[in-house]
Amino acid sequence: MRPTAPLIFSLTAAVALSTLTGCGGGSGNDKDTLEVAFPKDTNNKVTWRDDYIDDIAAKFEKANPGKDVKPVPIQATGNDYYTKIQQMMRSSKTAPDLVYEDTFLINSDIKSGYLLPLDGYLKDWKDWDQFEESAKKAARAEDGKTYGVPDGTDTRGLWFNKKLFKKAGLPQDWQPRTWDEVLETARTLKRKLPDVIPLNVFTGKGAGEAAAMQGFEMLLYGTDDPLYDEGSRKWVTGSKGFRDSLEFVETVYSEKLGPDVSDALDANIQTRVPTEYLPEGKLAIALDGSWLSQQWIKTGGKPWPEWSTTMGRAAMPTQDGGGAGKVSMSGGWTWSIPKQSDNHDLAWKMIKTFQTQQNATDFCVRGAQIAVRADVAEDPQYQGSMPGIEFFTDLVEVSEYRPALPVYPQVSAALTEAMEQVTAGDASPGEAADRYDEELESLTDGAVTTR
Amino acid sequence: MSVAKVPAAGGRRYWRWLPIAPATALLLLFLGGPIAYCVWIALTDMQLTGQESASFVGLDNFRRAFQDDAFINAVVLTLVFTLLSSIIGQNTLGLALAALMQRAGKTVRTVTGVVVICAWVLPEIVAGFLLYTFFHRQGTLNAVLDWLHLPSQNWLFTLPILAVSFANIWRGTAFSMLVYSAALSEIPTEVTESAQVDGANARQRLWFITLPMIRRSIGTNLMLNTLQTLSVFGLIWAMTRGGPGNRSQTLPVFMYDQAFDKALIGYGTAVALLLLLVGALFSVIYLRLMREEV
Repeated sequence: MRPTAPLIFSLTAAVALSTLTGCGGGSGNDKDTLEVAFPKDTNNKVTWRDDYIDDIAAKFEKANPGKDVKPVPIQATGNDYYTKIQQMMRSSKTAPDLVYEDTFLINSDIKSGYLLPLDGYLKDWKDWDQFEESAKKAARAEDGKTYGVPDGTDTRGLWFNKKLFKKAGLPQDWQPRTWDEVLETARTLKRKLPDVIPLNVFTGKGAGEAAAMQGFEMLLYGTDDPLYDEGSRKWVTGSKGFRDSLEFVETVYSEKLGPDVSDALDANIQTRVPTEYLPEGKLAIALDGSWLSQQWIKTGGKPWPEWSTTMGRAAMPTQDGGGAGKVSMSGGWTWSIPKQSDNHDLAWKMIKTFQTQQNATDFCVRGAQIAVRADVAEDPQYQGSMPGIEFFTDLVEVSEYRPALPVYPQVSAALTEAMEQVTAGDASPGEAADRYDEELESLTDGAVTTR
Repeated sequence: MSVAKVPAAGGRRYWRWLPIAPATALLLLFLGGPIAYCVWIALTDMQLTGQESASFVGLDNFRRAFQDDAFINAVVLTLVFTLLSSIIGQNTLGLALAALMQRAGKTVRTVTGVVVICAWVLPEIVAGFLLYTFFHRQGTLNAVLDWLHLPSQNWLFTLPILAVSFANIWRGTAFSMLVYSAALSEIPTEVTESAQVDGANARQRLWFITLPMIRRSIGTNLMLNTLQTLSVFGLIWAMTRGGPGNRSQTLPVFMYDQAFDKALIGYGTAVALLLLLVGALFSVIYLRLMREEV
């Protein structure tokens, strides 16, 4: 018997060893392959970004023989995408060579050490001078270094369906001056057109950052109270503006002026609004981003030629019409290089390819983005790309940026939680605000100030 | 092999371990290793993003969990979910199906078997999406209810924990059915027949003959079911994401939400360990029950 034991042992060991070493092999060490990670819409028909990246990849491969661009589309809702790329960037075995970062969490990822500072590359790149100052700042961290090249920005406002407005006897050049006027119009719509959803305001954890930014912050920044006090460098708790904003959300959903609550809290709502509700005439007013028409042009997920005559635009008013009278929020995305990638130079070359004047214009046109480069903004192809581009570009003037701090994503999560409780009717605006204050204090280690 | 017949000498004992040494090493490496690593992470404040480096915080994460209303809510919902869907639903329904199938004809048995097992064979995420469309406000269930002129319900919104429990019953009953089918077929027919001769009615036969005889299978089945149900994630995530609010946020969903949506890896891992503890508690109870002699 004895002789067989070592035999079995060595056999098992051999099998085990070969399996183990198999694990170590991993990908990502190939100098000629460039992995480009980006979000893919959860609606399979929406492929404009995939198509754009494929086109640029083909150009890049042609210009750089022997190099291979491997798109890594990550099909997920907003927050799941962020989680996925963060996990990928933690290890050199999985890190992509180029990653599409939302400015929403770039500061947080920079602090985690996931991204490579690009200053060394930028100083020799003369196109960088074409970028607007505010856009350059989008990916500049607290340490003064730049970690991403933005490819567009956005503003936010109210989209409304003029045909539905006409049916309800409302003006075609609608421009509300206060929150109450927005709600009043929604109530009129509900009365006159009972089958139509009057107003969508993103809310809850499912919509994630879309709820926090397009929904909540578009309200809060129109009150007298900020989210974050730049002067004292502290987050604001207990403000009246905060409660009022939650109350607005509560009004929309308790009076059934918005989508059915279960649809509003569904993670797919962000795709459903532009590809279903608006084109099918089921929704009259959408508080949403400047980029919606990317879905309706012919490269979009829901081509809808009539959109340019059907959809009107209005600025979101401040609470009582004070201040500048209108509110907008701006964000955008950047191309960044993960530190753990071992293909930094090739990745930089790819960024430059994305940002040739022509390719950058192409992106802004397909993505219905607001240009961040002077030479793109002047391009006739861009200027004629979509009706309303002037409207949204003008909003840049009043547009606000989110607090560019590493803790912001967590604050955003707390915001969406407060919204969800109010929307589902699980808490009053006051209770939800109190819970938010508590959460905020623990998130920021007490860096809060009460109004 | 005739090893077993040879009386074991002192030195030979060690040699006996040799063949399974690689397996043991692999288990320690791939099961013990991650668990130990988990325990380490749970003692730190590690975050997925927004942090330069993690630091050791001792038992802070565990203390935080017990003061966290959302955690308590998740524990309660997990117990409700487990009780409803596993212990009551899957277990009872599985036994009932198995008992009925014993008496049914061959065709009925085959057809029922195939249908029930289909639900079990489906990947969790596919089942999740299927049931999402079934329970959705404009889904199949409400269409059927409308057709029958019964009031329709917004299942995923009003009582989501019930909807996901039903979903889990639908998905997991096949397993119980298989276990019980095997157990029931092991009961010698003489025993039931003589009980029948002695004048025992059907309910008495079930209570005094069948159940005691399959007691061990019940224990095993309960344990496996419960452990499986405690860790159900994909089904709930696909159907409700734990919402609305946190009305269907069981521990695994809560853990994911904390670790990945809120980027608090340390806290999420601590919750995972607490979930392990809940599972261990259930196991101990069931093992106790099984050990008891009738």
